Amino acid sequence: MNVAASHAYGTICALEYRYARLIDDDRLEEWPDLFVERGVYKVVPRENLGREPALPIFFCDSRAMMQDRIRSLREANIYNLHYSRHVVSNIEILSEHDGAFEVAACYTVYQTDLEGQTRLFSVGQYRDVIATGDGDFKFRQKIAVCDTFNIPNLLAIPL
Amino acid sequence: MLSPALPIPCPARDGSRVPFDLFTRTDVFDREQEAIFRGPVWNYVALEAEIPHPNDFKTSFVGDTPIVVSRAEDGSLHAFVNRCAHRGATVQRQACGNTRQHRCVYHQWAYNSRGDLVGVPYRRGVAGMGGYAAEFDPKDHGLAKLRVATHKGVIFATFSPDTAPLDEYLDEPLLAAIDRLFSRPIKVLGHMRQRVRGNWKLYAENTRDPYHAALLHGFHATFGLYRTNQKRKGGADRARAHSTGVTYGDDWRRAGQSGNIEQDKFVANYSLADPSLLEGRPDFNDGVTVQITSIFPCLVVQQIMNTLATRHIRPKAADDFELYWTYFGYLDDDEEMTACRLKQANLVGPAGLISMEDSEAIELIQRAIVRDGREDSFLEFGGLNADLDKDRTGEATIRAFWRYYAALMELSPAAAAPVVA
Repeated sequence: MNVAASHAYGTICALEYRYARLIDDDRLEEWPDLFVERGVYKVVPRENLGREPALPIFFCDSRAMMQDRIRSLREANIYNLHYSRHVVSNIEILSEHDGAFEVAACYTVYQTDLEGQTRLFSVGQYRDVIATGDGDFKFRQKIAVCDTFNIPNLLAIPL
Repeated sequence: MLSPALPIPCPARDGSRVPFDLFTRTDVFDREQEAIFRGPVWNYVALEAEIPHPNDFKTSFVGDTPIVVSRAEDGSLHAFVNRCAHRGATVQRQACGNTRQHRCVYHQWAYNSRGDLVGVPYRRGVAGMGGYAAEFDPKDHGLAKLRVATHKGVIFATFSPDTAPLDEYLDEPLLAAIDRLFSRPIKVLGHMRQRVRGNWKLYAENTRDPYHAALLHGFHATFGLYRTNQKRKGGADRARAHSTGVTYGDDWRRAGQSGNIEQDKFVANYSLADPSLLEGRPDFNDGVTVQITSIFPCLVVQQIMNTLATRHIRPKAADDFELYWTYFGYLDDDEEMTACRLKQANLVGPAGLISMEDSEAIELIQRAIVRDGREDSFLEFGGLNADLDKDRTGEATIRAFWRYYAALMELSPAAAAPVVA
């Protein structure tokens, strides 16, 4: 890790943890704010990585599209009632170019139903590009590659 | 003392009452494997575009039986049970690939792309020890084969020698529905999977059920994509096992123009902050925006706007199935069209804005029917005398599914709840 990266590491970890906490606290309306205006968010089944482009099951390429997704979740969609819990670990800066950091991390998401029963919902890897701008770190890209590509029931809340 | 085993109950003769036992009992599930999935039906197993080259293969399922679908050196298609003829181990462990020999890891028995046994280590023994008798004939020890038939690149397989030819089995409106989507060479874009804690027939019902569409799926109606007052048309085979239905749309990009529709979820002038989700180019000139085709027992073929997919229902247990989506475009799609299909993938699949509700509805049923197996679901919407070819909003297609199911399962109405006239 070079000097710039080691300076940035703490801020990058804070962004990753904030991302997880906003979702777990059901503050989904704030979720798009962690991305740049034309940020990309995708959930890609691991079995689709062999193809280019890899087919995602959830795909936003603007903050506005993320806002649409959340509005749809709030107003239109019916899904399993649950609490989410994200555990993010193994955060590693892979490279740095012009103030943009390529970051890999592991995620684990548990779901707990309204009777307090918890199941492992999804495990996989984040492949992120985190950019600096105005002193703020934001996601230019966040791709959740699901090892758990056989989705239990359905996927409503972002991973 | 335990109560004695009960006979399998039967849906009402007209299909309007279905005992919940049919969704929960293991003996029912076992009988389905024998009478339906290994019975006189064509099971969808794969698309030819997934195995385009000689020696390409893909693992799949017929009911809960694991199989391999493969293409031989001469281009012919084959399907065989993925279980070694020696000791029963899984032979092919990869989901897909290309190989001249499928080799069992346990004792290295090897099979070619037709499922014939072509290699047995130490067959003649070593230094006079081991080996097989002189009359051992590899021809007698191949993998169990299924018959294969294909229509427009959609591959079906059957265990039964009695299954009618595929054209007859599918019949006219279904062949036309497949022809429409597979008129041009396709390109597979990827897969989506979801594991649903419910009975597979609940999904078969769901895809024959226009009643729920605008009521359960909020996004659909909210954006004016599919409303109960839109023009629809449908069709079925002579045996009424399958179903196909189309919905004609206005320009789908102009959302929320028409009036309110009573209880449908509908918000006038609702618009997307980023409308690029729904930007596409029609693939067909017929004005159809949605076509859902359900082919008994385990296939759904869909067009929803620019999303094209097969959905393979893979039963695992009475209360468990996998839904396996193969998402495709056309070989001549340009980059822009592929990008549009990838973006519209948001609409369907396990995270689909207009499809995620289905598996939740199924799990809600499975959870609630746990104890009252002799109670029935009630399927009279649209009236019992509805004309299947004209009425595309009622539950007539689901009732037809149950009549066909009961006949294949050889269930006797005498054992069932009173038949409603």
